[in-house]
Amino acid sequence: MKTVNKILLTGLAVLGLAMPAFAEKIVVEGSTTVLPIAQKAAEVYMQKNPSADISVRGGGSSVGIASIIDGSCDIADSSRPIKDTELEKAASNGRDIKAHVVAMDGIAVVIHPSNGINALSKSQVKDIFTGKISNWSQLGGSNEKIVAISRDTSSGTFEAFMELVLDKQKVRPDAIMQASNQAVATTVARTPNAIGYVGLGFLSDAIKAVSVDGIMPSKETVLTGKYKVGRPLFMYTNGAPKGLAKEFLDFVKGPEGQALADELGYVGLK
Amino acid sequence: MMSSFQIKERMIQGIFAILAFASFIFLIGIVFVLFKEGLPIFKSVNVFDFLFGKFWYPTYDPPEFGVLPLIVGSFVVSLGAMVICVPLGVGSALYINEIASHQQKAILKPLIEILASVPSIIYGFFAMAILAPFLQNTFHIPIGLCALNASIVLGIMATPTVCSIAEDALSYVPRSFREASFAVGATRWQTLIKVIIPAAGSGISTAIILGMSRAIGETMTVLMAAGGAAIIPTSAFDPVRPMTAAIAAEMGEAPMGGDHYHALFAIALALFIVTFLFNILAEIISRRFRIKLGLSG
Repeated sequence: MKTVNKILLTGLAVLGLAMPAFAEKIVVEGSTTVLPIAQKAAEVYMQKNPSADISVRGGGSSVGIASIIDGSCDIADSSRPIKDTELEKAASNGRDIKAHVVAMDGIAVVIHPSNGINALSKSQVKDIFTGKISNWSQLGGSNEKIVAISRDTSSGTFEAFMELVLDKQKVRPDAIMQASNQAVATTVARTPNAIGYVGLGFLSDAIKAVSVDGIMPSKETVLTGKYKVGRPLFMYTNGAPKGLAKEFLDFVKGPEGQALADELGYVGLK
Repeated sequence: MMSSFQIKERMIQGIFAILAFASFIFLIGIVFVLFKEGLPIFKSVNVFDFLFGKFWYPTYDPPEFGVLPLIVGSFVVSLGAMVICVPLGVGSALYINEIASHQQKAILKPLIEILASVPSIIYGFFAMAILAPFLQNTFHIPIGLCALNASIVLGIMATPTVCSIAEDALSYVPRSFREASFAVGATRWQTLIKVIIPAAGSGISTAIILGMSRAIGETMTVLMAAGGAAIIPTSAFDPVRPMTAAIAAEMGEAPMGGDHYHALFAIALALFIVTFLFNILAEIISRRFRIKLGLSG
């Protein structure tokens, strides 16, 4: 009996030590805007490299950045630049955060397809989301209450929107809060009087994008800077990336990854 | 000198004692952490502004930490849930205990237990994907994600809790009460209303209080169903942001040790105190009820 136990234990120990060698694992966490790119790239990469294990999660840009500062993820997706306070926190944790731009994105202002409005000015969008305009009739639409759909504070899309459109003012307190780009898109698609904002990659036939100050959001207008509500998408690593993290990042920034981003509706880096 | 048998006995007793006290230790630990991490917020904002402030903007510069909308949100949704789970729960308990035949009882009781075992995220999903559009179309409201939406599913979720405890309370009422009532000529309905329910009154109150406790503490469902807007609702169709949903949505990104982090812990502390008080109340009432019926306390 005793010998058998010894053999079993040794076998398990060997397997346990060998396991890490079989599959390198990284965790990618953060922005729901970058999520589709990260997921698709991870899928394709893992198909080509079966020994790689890439785990992709959402949660919002702020969650991703908090994770990389804590050390609970390897790559943080973010649709906004890291803040100074976060960099300080990272430094105090002994982490040196490096930024990698992986794509460009525009934030489209979307409404329900049945809504007659097609164009809004930036100040109108700002007034809607800060609570100064509450009824579609004030914009030339029907006499219905505007349902503003916004993102929770962990969202990089929200932060970018707040800076670029709201001029850092507070979102109206009665805005419906959703946890991801997809949730906003779904809610707007289901709510005739809703207005929301999503990354370019989330546009679909179920919702309608309006032009902002006369420019419709599209890859071209974002790339040329004509559409003003645009921002770079980041992946942050702790120090220079190594191993699987480096290979994955190179893949995402390389031609294959960029083609995937383009397919998904984002603007590749050119 | 103790024999090895006695040493073993003592050891086993010791192990069981540790297990028994483990829950107590966890509770103390939780309370300690809540106070430790929650109280620092009151260095930055005074208690009155925190509890009664009307605006919850924790990530802006400068931040506003008024949790009144969150508290009111929790209460409104829980009260709405009570409107549903009390009639359903107590009514089911009455039916199962008094009126149902043995076969019906054998089916109904397990079914209600199964309702209790459905994961709360399924309720949340149901509320978001099916109930909200239904409410939107039926009542012609701007959006279905509102206090009513959350209340309805919370009510359904709390019903098995209320039903189980109320049914237990009813079953504790001695047969002699019933027999005495029939003996003086009361009908079954009169007996039910005037004798049984008052006798089980304390137990039914306990059931209701625990149901409310359950509703206030529910997180996933209200996160998905209530709309997330930190406002004081003026109608059942307004979106709300209960305390639990606020904590769940914001904890992931609140930098550790920052004001927002401490504020969230303070909300958690408030929530804990509320549910703790509810549970103590339920315990006190239930003790009185056991003594009243002559059962051991």
